[in-house]
Formats: sequence, C-alpha cells, structure tokens
Amino acid sequence: MPQNEYIERHTKLYGKRLDHEERTRKKAAREGHKQSENAQNLRGLRAKLYAKERHAQKIQMRKAIKQHEERNVKGAADEKEPTNPVPAYLLDRANPTSAKALSSQIKNKRAEKAARFSVPIPKVKGISEEELFKVVKTGKKVAKKAWKRVVTKPTFVGPDFTRRPVKYERFIRPMGLRYKKANVTHPTLNVTVQLPILGVKKNPSNPLYTQLGVLTKGTIIEVNVSDLGIVTASGKIAWGRYAQITNNPENDGCLNAVLLV
Amino acid sequence: MSTVLPPPSKRQRREEIERTQTQQDVTPLLATDLGSFKAEFVDSDGNQMADVIEVNFADATEKNISVLLNTLLGRDREDFTPYRFRIHIPGKDIIVDQYPTNLLGLLQKHGIANPFETTITLSAEPQAVFKVQAVSRMAHRIPGHGQPILASQFSPISSSILATGSGDNTVRIWDTDTGTPKYTLKGHTGWVLGVSFSPNGGKLASCSMDKTVRIWDPETGKPFGQDLKGHAKWVTATAWQPYHLWRDDTARLASASKDGTVRIWVVNTGRTEHVLSGHKDSVSCVRWGGTDLVYTGSHDKSIRVWDAVKGTLVSQLTAHGHWVNHIALSSDHALQTGYFDHTKEVPATEEGKRQKAKERFENAAKINGKVAERFVSASDDFTMYLWDLTNNGNKPVARLLGHQNKVNHVQFSPDGTMIASAGWDNATKLWNARDGKFLKSLRGHVAPVYQCAWSADSRLLVTGSKDTTLKVWNARTGNLSTDLPGHEDEVYTVSWSADGKVVGSGGKDKAVRTWKN
Repeated sequence: MPQNEYIERHTKLYGKRLDHEERTRKKAAREGHKQSENAQNLRGLRAKLYAKERHAQKIQMRKAIKQHEERNVKGAADEKEPTNPVPAYLLDRANPTSAKALSSQIKNKRAEKAARFSVPIPKVKGISEEELFKVVKTGKKVAKKAWKRVVTKPTFVGPDFTRRPVKYERFIRPMGLRYKKANVTHPTLNVTVQLPILGVKKNPSNPLYTQLGVLTKGTIIEVNVSDLGIVTASGKIAWGRYAQITNNPENDGCLNAVLLV
Repeated sequence: MSTVLPPPSKRQRREEIERTQTQQDVTPLLATDLGSFKAEFVDSDGNQMADVIEVNFADATEKNISVLLNTLLGRDREDFTPYRFRIHIPGKDIIVDQYPTNLLGLLQKHGIANPFETTITLSAEPQAVFKVQAVSRMAHRIPGHGQPILASQFSPISSSILATGSGDNTVRIWDTDTGTPKYTLKGHTGWVLGVSFSPNGGKLASCSMDKTVRIWDPETGKPFGQDLKGHAKWVTATAWQPYHLWRDDTARLASASKDGTVRIWVVNTGRTEHVLSGHKDSVSCVRWGGTDLVYTGSHDKSIRVWDAVKGTLVSQLTAHGHWVNHIALSSDHALQTGYFDHTKEVPATEEGKRQKAKERFENAAKINGKVAERFVSASDDFTMYLWDLTNNGNKPVARLLGHQNKVNHVQFSPDGTMIASAGWDNATKLWNARDGKFLKSLRGHVAPVYQCAWSADSRLLVTGSKDTTLKVWNARTGNLSTDLPGHEDEVYTVSWSADGKVVGSGGKDKAVRTWKN
C-alpha cells in the first residue's frame, strides 16, 4: 500500500509521459487478448480465482446491458396508481406534498396509549452545569464576584426578551448561539421543513436548562406548524406541535428535529 | 373581598348630569312620512310584470313589496310566491343585488338626493315557495365502509336513501332516517369512483377503477343485469339519460373513462349503443342534457358536445388552457330529480311522469321563453366558462375569472340563477348564472374545497373541504350559516337531498355522516 498519493503528486508536478495516451489505448486494446490468454492457460488455484472474478464481471456486464436495452425501449410508462383510495377528481394529480397525512397518523397513534409518551430519542447524555456554564468573573475582587454564568450551548430566546441590567443578569445567553428556526422532519412522510420555534418544552438534563431554553440533543421543542396545514378535529388549524432535537446543535450550527407524531 | 370600584371621576359625573338634563332626539326613530316612489316591476328577462305603482318609502320592505307584487299579479294568498328584488338605480348602470333595510338611504347614497316620485325599476326573482332549513347538527355517524368514501348521492325519491361508493370496492345504501346500513352492494373489484341514481330512483349506477359500470336495484340491493364491460381504463363518471328522453322502455347511461372514450349503454340489455371517441385524454366529467346532448369535459383541455341519439360530435369547445375538471348544467337539479318535486305528488301514469319531467326541465332551462340549456365548465387553468350553445353557439357567454387556483367543482343553483364554484384556493365563489358576473366569495375554509352542494331552494350552499369540515353558507348574504366540524379527515363528497332535509357526507375517515337541522 502506498503511504501517500505519491504518483498523483508526481503527475501533478511533472505531468504524464508524452506517450501516455497511446500506451493506455494500446493496453485497453490488448485487454481482450490478455483475458483470453489467462482463461486458456491459467491452471490450478489461479484459474479458479480468475474464473470466479470473470464470472462476477460478466454478471455485472449483463446487468448493465439489460439496463441499457430497457432505457431504449419507447412506450408508455406504467401508470402508478395511488395506494390510498381517492375520488376521481384527485386521480392523476401529482400529490401535493403536503404534510396532511399527519393528522390521521397522529390520530391513529394517539389511540395506542403506550405510544403517547414515547419519543424518538429516549435516552440522552446528561449535561453537567460545569459543561454548560462558563464562569464570568466580574469586578476587582475577582475571586469573590464569580456569580455570573455564560451559557455555552445554543439557546432559544423568546422574541420579546430583553436582557436584564448587567448587575442582575446571572445567565448570559450569547447572541451568536441563539436559534429561532429548526429543520423539522416528519418521520413518516420524510418531509423536512424549516419551522419557527415557539418554545422549549423540556430539556431532559435539568429543569433549569428548560427555563433557560437550552437546545441540546433530545430537547423537546414546540414548533409552529401552521404552514403544514394540520387541522384539529374541531376544524381549527393546529399551530403548535412538539418536536425532538436529533443533532448536537453546538457541533453542527443548525437545529435538526423530528416531529413527535 | 370584592374589589371596590373607584368613585366616578368629575368628568364622568358631569357627562352623567348632562345626559339626564337633555332630552334625546327621537325624531328619526319615529315613522314620519318619508314620501313615496314609483315602483316598476320587471322579471329577470326585463319584461314588465305589472303596472307602475306608487309605494311609500316607509312601507318599502322587501317582504311588503313581495306581497304587493303578488297582489298586483292577482294571485290568491295561498299561491303567493316569495320574490327577491334587485334594484336598478335610476339614471345609472348600477344594479344593487341586496335589498337594503333603508331603501331611501341607499338611493341617497347613490347620489339621488330627492328620490321622491322617481320611478325605480325592481327586477323580481321568484324564490322557491318552500324553505330549506340550514343543517346544524350531525344526525348520524354511520361506520361501515372499510376504506375512504369517494362518492355519494341521495335518491331522488326520498331523503332517507343515501348511496355511497368507497375505496373498499363496495357500494352501500344507507337509511338516513334511522342511521343504519341497508344494503352492501358487492361486485366491483376496484374502488368505486362514482354512484348515481337514475332520475326515477329505480336504479343505481356505480363506476369503478375495475373498468366496469354496474347497475343495481336500490330497492332490493341486487345487481341489475351484468356488469357493463368495455372501457379500457377506469371509469370516472356516469350520467343517466333524463327521464323524459327515455326511449324503447329503457334508460340509457353514459360513462366517461380514463381511456378517453365515453360509452352510451342501453341499460336493460347491457349493450353499448355508441362509443364516443375523440378525446385525447382522460374524460373527467360527463353530463346528459335535457335535449339529448351529452357534454363531456376532458383532460385534453376540450369540451365536446355529442348527439346521444346518433352518436356524433356536435361541437368541440377549446377555450380552456388546462384540464377541464367539471361541468354543470343549468338544468342539473331538474334532470336528476326527474318528476319528483317539493309537492311530493307523483303522477300516476307513465305519460304524466314524462310530461312532468319534461316540464320541470323546460322550466329550469328556459331563458326569455326559449329552452336554452346552459352549462359551465371548471378547469385547472383557474377559470370557468359559461356556455350557451343555443344562443351563443361555440362562443362562451362569459369567462368567470377570480379563482386563484384550480377550480375543482362547479354547480348551478336549482333555480338556475347562481353558480357556485369550489376551488383549490380555499374559496367558494358565487356567480350570476345569467351573465357570469362575480357575486360573492365565500371564505372560511382553510384547505381546498373539494365539493359543494346547493339546497333545493337555492338559498343555502354546503361545501366540503380538505380541512375536515363542512360549512353551510347563506347564498344570498354570503355569510357562514353553520360550521359543521365532525369529520376526522378530508371530506371527499357531500350531497344535499332533493327535499333539503338531510346532508350526507363522506371522506377519508371511512364513516358516512348525515347532517340535519
């Protein structure tokens, strides 16, 4: 095994041999002869290995040829019928990629009681306060006034939040680590939509983190799903739904979540 | 401890004293002599109905004027027809649709400072003599179907018989009085896409994904004859021949298919009489008019009109820019209900039945004393066209612009004065059927409106939507009359019985629901 891509380096530096194209062409042209010679003259284990390799190659070749042949056939593509019954006026329509299937799914799911409290990521790593908070030392008497903390993880801060006066602000949530939107995936539809966050419902590590709106893996957030057009049983538009964060936002710089159905 | 209110401020006290000291001016409330105007009554075709008569403004409510007109026409009190009036503003080209509570104020608002002794033209539109109450509650939720319900229709005979077609390959007949299933009609091997009762209520046709049409006897729940085979692809819609046109003691049925053809079947023998081919794509809608013309709309953007007797093409209308989704005839309601009307009197003889069915059709289709069946076509190009082949030929009467998305369903009101259209833009719109003018937009649904159905008296409209609700609208004011939540999923089909007592609906949640007042 080469320890480095030294051949590529060499060609980059000095270029290829002047007759490189000619040689590769000739080599390729002789390939058939070479294979034939091997097939006829190899004996023993080598012959066995060679035959096996060649057999696999031929299968691949036949498959490729068949695919090419199929591509050339001209004709009506077989019509795909929708799997769920729909009235005549919805047949032939490209199914609008709405997340409407949601509501029925949610309803079916709710019927099973056990499923009510299950979430996609049941166990998450706890985060200690040492990891989450960085101590800010203020004032001259540094050692004494170490009561201020900076949250080191991404947070969600409500739209009407104003920072408290410096004197009273115990927790600082840095602007750069604030998130307003999450990429929410619907698990069965495989649709991902960017939705505004409404609030942090629960951070499993610590109730204090929930209060601060810390967004870590496994946190349950509430997202605004009014764009998806989900309707409740009474005909009103549902707009808040819970989702669970599936990535480590502090590593990725974005917020991915899965909708709880 | 209850909160003690602060004492009134000085300003409040002063205002209180002022109010008690001055006397209220009640002169406008007292009915004074407001003067009078001259009323000229014309019918919807513009012909004068009665002599010009002087009417006092104080008495000029719509009800009073309706009574006055009936008296002028010399009717008995029992035969009084309720009228709606549209007011032509004198000297201007404005027609006010809604009769105001204060007529004098309306005229003054339109710049007629002194409307006394002027002649005001009132065009009178007769209303149905019966009144349908808006449905307001769910009467029954009848489970039974194993898959979504795709189509439904009430029998023209009575509102107690409802047929539904479903994705579980069955047609079911329900008794809406008791909320119980009556018959399960098994036989199809694909989803049932449409059900339709014959105009005499004696047969039920169902069309399906399995490329066949089947005829059933709704009285016994037994199949009638063999299944009608012949289409190469699924059958999207069926239309019965109107009752007064039935020949050789048999009904005929037209069926539209995805394969681009329309077949006309002789029901009693199961024979194909004509194959109307010409459409280049799926035929989405078929209607059989009262003058033996078959109207078809197709995904190839064209509307074709066929002669059902000879099986020939009469005309081809290519105005739409995209699929034609639905076609509605001005006489749809009359043709579907045959000889049944609100009086519940069924003629005894076959001749009488035909005569009555014909009369009902002609009343519905008559314009300016001439039978002219109009139809309106709804399309994916967001527009609709209003057609009148007898008077306008291949030129549309009007293009109905206003929807902001595909128009899925369109329906003439039973009295033929209004058109309701339901679209993917979440709105239902009302149009004047005479000239295609936009009247009102009924907004309230939050998802595409799939279907709409008129009440028999044309005063109410029910719409079913993807947002799982039904909504009942007052067609005259355009206000929401009742909101009917209750479906757990999309509502695919909604229909209002011919006598207006029951609304039936079905959808993705697999249960039939009936709604009553």
